[in-house]
Amino acid sequence: MIRRTVAALDERLGAAHPLKRTLRYVFPDHWTFMLGEIAMYCFAILVITGIFLTFWYVPSDAELHYAGSYVPLQGTSMSESFASVMHISFDVPAGLLIRQTHHWAADVFIVAIVLHLVRILLTGAYRKPRELNYWIGVTMLGLAILEGFLGYSLVDDLLSGMGLAIAYAVAMSIPFVGGQFAFLVWNGEFPGTSSLLPRLEILHVFLIPMAIATLLALHLAQIVRQHHTQFPSEGSERVVRGTPAWPGYALRSIGLFLVVAGVLFLLGGLVQINPIWEWGPYAPYLSTNGAQPDWYVGWLIGALRLMPPLEIVIGGYTVVPSPFWGGALFPGIVFGLLYAWPPLARRLRLDDRREHNLLDRPRDNPRRTALVVGFLVWVFTVFAAGATDRFYFRSFISYEGQVWFFRAFALLVPFLVYFVTKRICEELRARDTRPLRGWGGTVIQRDSSGGFQDLRQHKR
Amino acid sequence: MTPGGFFARLVTALGGVSGLRRRRRGRQAELHQLFHPVDRKVDAVRESEEASRGYGATRREEPVPPPEIDETSDPHAELVVALLLIAAAIAFAGFVVFYVVSEDTQLLGLCLGLGLVLAGVASALAGKRVVIQEKTTDEYKDYGDREERREVENHLVEGKVGVTRRKLLFSSLAAVGAALGAAAVMPIASLGPRVGEKVYETPWSAGKKVVDETGEAITLDTLSPGEFITAFPAGASKEDIGSALVLVRLEAGELELPADRAGSAPGGYVAYSKICTHAGCAVSLFRYPTFDETQPGPALVCPCHYSTFNPADGGKVLFGPAGRPLPQLPLRAGADGGLEAAGGFYEPIGPSYGGIREAPGEQPL
Repeated sequence: MIRRTVAALDERLGAAHPLKRTLRYVFPDHWTFMLGEIAMYCFAILVITGIFLTFWYVPSDAELHYAGSYVPLQGTSMSESFASVMHISFDVPAGLLIRQTHHWAADVFIVAIVLHLVRILLTGAYRKPRELNYWIGVTMLGLAILEGFLGYSLVDDLLSGMGLAIAYAVAMSIPFVGGQFAFLVWNGEFPGTSSLLPRLEILHVFLIPMAIATLLALHLAQIVRQHHTQFPSEGSERVVRGTPAWPGYALRSIGLFLVVAGVLFLLGGLVQINPIWEWGPYAPYLSTNGAQPDWYVGWLIGALRLMPPLEIVIGGYTVVPSPFWGGALFPGIVFGLLYAWPPLARRLRLDDRREHNLLDRPRDNPRRTALVVGFLVWVFTVFAAGATDRFYFRSFISYEGQVWFFRAFALLVPFLVYFVTKRICEELRARDTRPLRGWGGTVIQRDSSGGFQDLRQHKR
Repeated sequence: MTPGGFFARLVTALGGVSGLRRRRRGRQAELHQLFHPVDRKVDAVRESEEASRGYGATRREEPVPPPEIDETSDPHAELVVALLLIAAAIAFAGFVVFYVVSEDTQLLGLCLGLGLVLAGVASALAGKRVVIQEKTTDEYKDYGDREERREVENHLVEGKVGVTRRKLLFSSLAAVGAALGAAAVMPIASLGPRVGEKVYETPWSAGKKVVDETGEAITLDTLSPGEFITAFPAGASKEDIGSALVLVRLEAGELELPADRAGSAPGGYVAYSKICTHAGCAVSLFRYPTFDETQPGPALVCPCHYSTFNPADGGKVLFGPAGRPLPQLPLRAGADGGLEAAGGFYEPIGPSYGGIREAPGEQPL
């Protein structure tokens, strides 16, 4: 059977050589190398569940009265788009499972991409010859965030509408061209005309997924051509050492795909996400502080909340409206720094100009690690500021007090974190200790007199 | 033939073919050092690097560790994998059954998710414990071949060999490129109208009746001091961002309106555009402390980014990121006792953009 299939393919396509190369392709082993794989598998689940959803979703703002099986909203006036998602959620068999799994997969997708990016930055995997692949990856992160935002915008529930209102204001706020840009996208003044939802839909279900798929193919092709990086304990700058694709690695990776898919379906089936029937349909005069958007826009909300009410006006012309600072400039700086990072790190003498196939441990390059961690803490602080209203409900600290706290925190703490991280890395490197390896917790024993004794105090 | 035996022989054979040779230990650290020193003189580095590589000379000498192969399959693991696969099959079958009989989201998700996780664990376990375990090696390729690069350059340059009016042709080409580019982007302009065609106009003008969400007229008795309501112009679309008002009634003594707006608040009623001047959300929170003096006076708050406006003082920004006050609509009591607009908004409504402050303000009577 095997012999006949291989022979048939080889005689027609010359497949034996590429097949041999594929089966023997070497994957170095490290748990952090799974993060990118998890992102890829989430994308696969997103495509599969997304196709299912397109069979019912209708991108239309035509008003109708809901007549589906969710009683509390029966008779409510809503857009056809919102009604179609209500139909998926309540009247299509397994529709809610697929919709919630799709939503969860998007959230996990972007978590995995961000963790993958952090790993790449901390280990120096972006260095020559892999800068192109790094830039492709950063582009995919940006597209994934945009794709997720468009996805929850399509529903036309209250959360969608509030998100689009903010997106409209941020688009309007771009100096000089913003107003016209927003009018082109929305086909006029917010909330736009009936052409808006079809535009968002074609972006969400076709253009951006195709762009991500194409970049993903390039990303993988480049990895295959250049081989995976690895840690020095495995191979060397010349020799990549690891598990061949077949049989060991393929079975493990298929296993990872199935587990990722399984966890996403468990989440989709058991953990409610984006209950649109609680938000209800959108109208420009409605809003709530109960509907929280997905985590990956939290950093933008935090930035919009933290920025002071600064508008630059020259001669009656508003050069910079205030949403620009948090909604456009802040993400622009974050992505600008990410794109500029490989040459910037060379300029700062964090990296040399040679080719590197071996990864650094984070401690091996204290200044780089400290800069990356400081940068991440900065972005994460702004992200946390997106939850100030949630903290407010659970604490006695005034909202204004929290905003001032986060403003100071975002400006000062990254520098502190830089010095602390640098020091920790230098200490770890000098002593070559491995505080996390082999630590199995502490076992204590209570003796008859009531005292406690640490049984594994010196065990490492 | 056991799978282990077959694959082991296959792998050993292939391993021999791909030229995997001697064991090497303890040189990683050394090599790591070798490729690490920082040197900014790029050219010098490249030269020495290429020399040190010698394109193959030193490379072939580098010892490569032989493949490590463990052919033994763990019989316990085989059993566990089989059990996991059977459990996964039962879970998937459960999905089919529940799909037919109950369509319950939780049960469907549980069956499908559990089946996938079980099958995944089985596959990963098989990859780790059942099939042959091996570590093999491959070489990182060196890219950058000077000879070939030069050939590519020569082929590219061939394109202009023998062409005499190079400059003329290149300028014409640039002209056609620019014109084609402009023609290609022009249709983008069809996507929407010019900015400013709508943003200045609102449905409000002097005499327009103020009604609530159901279309009922709002009179001076509708609200008590400290209450607020969302209001609209009679007969206009509620979806228009120029329509929605947040109507607040304050005690007459609480008002601190600017002198030129003194007559805009009959009975303590003040009206503001409901669209936040920061990011366009609906300003739907009203802070009106009625007991303890823990909050500093009444405020209208947007739930998106918590821009806070003072309804007593013409919508002035108290806190938060909004760069302009909430636009106020002057009110008056109509002949029938119903509230109506005394004119258009004092300021342009909606989020800011370049021309927002140049908007012709409709002055009230």
